[in-house]
Amino acid sequence: MTEAVVWTVALPLGGALVAALAPRHGAQVGVAIGVATLAAAVAVLVQVASGGPLRYAVGGWTPGLGIALHADALAALLLGMANLVALAASVYATAYFTQAAVRERFWSLWLLLWTALNALFLAGDLFNIYVTLELMGLAAVALAALGGQRPAVAAAQRYLVVGMLGSMVYLGGVALVYAAYGTLDLVAVSTRIAPEPAAWTAMALMTVGLLLKAALFPLHFWLPPTHANAPAPVSAALSALVVKAAFYLVLRLWLDLFAPVTTPDSSRLLGVLGAAAVLWGSWQALRAERLKLMAAYSTVAQLGYLFLFFPLFAGLPEGSARAAAFGGAVLLALTHGCAKGALFLAAGVLQRRAGHDRVRDLQGTAQGLPATTFTIALAGVALIGLPPSGAFLGKWQLLTAAIATGQWVWVPVVLAGSLLAAAYVFRVLGHAFGHAPGPGRRVTSVREELPALALALIATLVLGLGAAPLWTLLAASAGSPAFGGAPF
Amino acid sequence: MNLDHWLPGLIVLSSLLPGAVIFLLHEGSHRLRTALNLAGALSKLLLVMVMIWGVFHGHVYETRWALAPGLDLVLRADALSVLFVTLSTVLWLLTTIYAIGYLEGSPHRSRFFGFFSLCVTATVGLALAGNLLTFVIFYEALTLTTYPLVAHRGTPEAIHGARVYLTYTLSGGVLLLLGAVWLSTLAGPPEFVQGGVLSDLPADLHGQLRWIFLLLIAGLGVKAALVPLHGWLPQAMVAPAPVSALLHAVAVVKAGAFGIVRVVYDVYGVAFADRLGLLDGLAAAAAVTILYGSLRALTQDSLKKRLAYSTVSQVSYIALGTAVLGPLATIGGVVHLVHQGLMKITLFFAAGNYAETLGVHKVSEMDGIGRRMPGTTLAFTVGALGMIGVPPIAGFVTKWYLAIGALAAGQGAWVLPVLVASSLLNAAYFLPILYRAWFRAPAGLWPQEPIPATRGETLAALLWPPLTTAALALAAGLFAAAPYSPLEWAQLIARREYGL
Amino acid sequence: MARHTGWTQPVITTQLLYGLAGVALLSLGLRGALAAVSMLRRLLALNLMGSGVFLMLVALAYRGPGMPPDPVPHALVLTGIVVAVSATALALALGRRLAETREGD
Repeated sequence: MTEAVVWTVALPLGGALVAALAPRHGAQVGVAIGVATLAAAVAVLVQVASGGPLRYAVGGWTPGLGIALHADALAALLLGMANLVALAASVYATAYFTQAAVRERFWSLWLLLWTALNALFLAGDLFNIYVTLELMGLAAVALAALGGQRPAVAAAQRYLVVGMLGSMVYLGGVALVYAAYGTLDLVAVSTRIAPEPAAWTAMALMTVGLLLKAALFPLHFWLPPTHANAPAPVSAALSALVVKAAFYLVLRLWLDLFAPVTTPDSSRLLGVLGAAAVLWGSWQALRAERLKLMAAYSTVAQLGYLFLFFPLFAGLPEGSARAAAFGGAVLLALTHGCAKGALFLAAGVLQRRAGHDRVRDLQGTAQGLPATTFTIALAGVALIGLPPSGAFLGKWQLLTAAIATGQWVWVPVVLAGSLLAAAYVFRVLGHAFGHAPGPGRRVTSVREELPALALALIATLVLGLGAAPLWTLLAASAGSPAFGGAPF
Repeated sequence: MNLDHWLPGLIVLSSLLPGAVIFLLHEGSHRLRTALNLAGALSKLLLVMVMIWGVFHGHVYETRWALAPGLDLVLRADALSVLFVTLSTVLWLLTTIYAIGYLEGSPHRSRFFGFFSLCVTATVGLALAGNLLTFVIFYEALTLTTYPLVAHRGTPEAIHGARVYLTYTLSGGVLLLLGAVWLSTLAGPPEFVQGGVLSDLPADLHGQLRWIFLLLIAGLGVKAALVPLHGWLPQAMVAPAPVSALLHAVAVVKAGAFGIVRVVYDVYGVAFADRLGLLDGLAAAAAVTILYGSLRALTQDSLKKRLAYSTVSQVSYIALGTAVLGPLATIGGVVHLVHQGLMKITLFFAAGNYAETLGVHKVSEMDGIGRRMPGTTLAFTVGALGMIGVPPIAGFVTKWYLAIGALAAGQGAWVLPVLVASSLLNAAYFLPILYRAWFRAPAGLWPQEPIPATRGETLAALLWPPLTTAALALAAGLFAAAPYSPLEWAQLIARREYGL
Repeated sequence: MARHTGWTQPVITTQLLYGLAGVALLSLGLRGALAAVSMLRRLLALNLMGSGVFLMLVALAYRGPGMPPDPVPHALVLTGIVVAVSATALALALGRRLAETREGD
């Protein structure tokens, strides 16, 4: 039943309309639609796991003119993670917003963002990607500015402008691809592409546009203020999902579409930028005074790790070593999504209780919220990359690939990044200990604390101990004639 | 249910599950918490005894769980892991009883016992680790679970001490990880096999193998408190006494030393390591640590700090035994895993008793304490004499085997002076304490007296664990030739390692 | 400006002209967006960039004399215009909110 693919897009879109028409019931609509969409996403994952990549032509129109939805293992896994994080943030959001006006505007925008995310992961041609990128960007900007306070609005405006710039550059690249190859469908272009100036320019344009949206150093300047000032559930979605979607697109384009066109030097450039992101982001996170700002810089750093994989893919020949590294990258992306979502939701709880999120003054609040502090600890473990989190296995694969290809320069970057991450995580956790007697209750508010805790447990335990099927899943998608996964 | 596949996993879970439940318990549910603690400890002990019986009868216990292609989590019971698991389990049971008494009335006990259980889970996990990956996973888990224990009291000193602890151990963890990954790229994920798995590698990789060895030992050496990586240990004394006892006798320091034993014997193989010239460096580091630790201990007035430096020194006997080639030295090193554990935990229990009952933290305050607390001081005496190497306490057995092992390996020229010097230094910093405790009159009132003399010497939960461990230390020495003694196990391990 | 002669040259020249004009607008807009001082100028520059890309796409849609143009680039352009207008409107609305809050201080 391939319709599950369509439901993942149609349900949140329909929900957004309903929420816009009946804003006072927004929360119920949001959570109900969220659960249904997650179910559809899981169905997609199950179908891909058992039957291989899916391809669905919407409305029966042939691709080229119509919209095609593709779901291979990579897309299905990210889809599953995105829906999970979005549902957790939705549950949290039902308790977060205190002002009715803000709450009523939130849900339709949130469901639109959800639609865009799902559609993006399932997009099968370059133009579809453009449309979903735009929808995602606009919804994200509106959500980031939702509170109406000056810092949030200023940051959102900058985000919007940067996004527009990125989109225009990306669209220029799309135009070039169309001019050279006459089609926009990803499978069709990948069969016709060759290393020539048109392809190089297109790749450069599209990559730059996407890197602006993925906040890779040095194009990351817009991220920390935006994510730090947005409402907590929005921050969670932005850091965990939106930038991850842009990274997914870069991965897709580089490994599938532009595979014959990429050069080792260009991959190395991405790696260098990633390394700079790891070190700079971690250092800034350590210096951040506010918890949410720290988390935002941590996102910059963690995305750097993901981009370190590019020179490694270029250095490894096709085979099991490359497949192992690819799985590591995907696992790192999944773990970060869950962990960062958990961290922002937990930070939101702390901020609500304390009235601020300055790290130095959080002591009393942290001790009064044991479940939330535990969530931060678990998420922190995943961000540092300590076992038993999924990030540990991801980093193991990263280091293995770096040593195996002789690219030793990335090794100290990864290790230093881990130590810096430990420094900024434990700076926060140190405040959890005090001599005052502890609180009576472990969990103060179920709706606020449990979603974050669930996400953190998934990042640190489930993805760490239960991730072995991931590699089999990715391998099963590889090399299939349809647009199915990385050609490993 | 095939027990062969599940037993190691069950042993790890037997403290994980009670720990997870204890976290959720309300602060006031003392009975339930105590019941869970003891249930966990006793069930683990039972399972370990089943495992000992099974290993003796030829069962192979292995739990294997795939984490990623080519990367498995492996828990396996071989002779060395059985040794360490048994030590951990027995001492955990005693420390739990001690901690229940020690922390009576303190806040945050659910959190404490929760992390306490997780800490033992990590220790048992690394004891049973069947490959280097699993070892690294539980090694890092140990760091994470002991941090909250060190920081438990929440005072600025505790938080600072915990931060120092974390800095050292996480840095060491990073080095260990790098060494492990590097080794995996050369030889596949290294499984622990007696006699080592690396001797077949081509000679052009030997340079890299030397670097890897350095990384691994450095990473392990932080926890094992090899000089100059030992700086965290005296700082970590801010932890409550049960934590110090566990950390020093069983968990953290022993984990580092155990890791060194594993790397030399079961990854590199002692013969191959000798061929690569790696043992000399390790022996030198061990010797320096032995002497340095003892020298620093001489100048410490704080009892716990003196014991901390004594640990720095004593744990390196294990490294020394590992680094001297030959089965006799191996026996000495391996058996010291158990002996040092028993003796040191006795000393820390006693130190905790002095602090809890009389507010005595310093050696200079210990005049005449033997009269007020005879049982505790008797236990302390046994432990201290064992550290010096007085027969028939266990410490003597260790030093004997190290000495004859060094002579058999032709290295007696420098090992014997180190051993003699170390014993003399041990005497120099322990005998004065014993003299003060037994033969001097008390200087006046004790600093505090939370537990007055009318209640007997001290709480039963605080008194019996040190007496028990002191008796065990004595028995390990007296009955060293008996079957199932630690010495017999060490001899078994040495026989298997050298293929005798 | 297409002249219906037997030559194909002038027609391609027209298409090329439109295409180059699009590239020129794109570059001008890019320079303006990066160098702009005020938000309004930046938005205008970004719209200029967008117009440049759209012009490129329109040029791509030409398939030859007498033939109907390729609908795919036209679809791209229409969608792009809608997105650009919406984004600009949102940016202006945010700018107005910023101006309000500044006045209120």
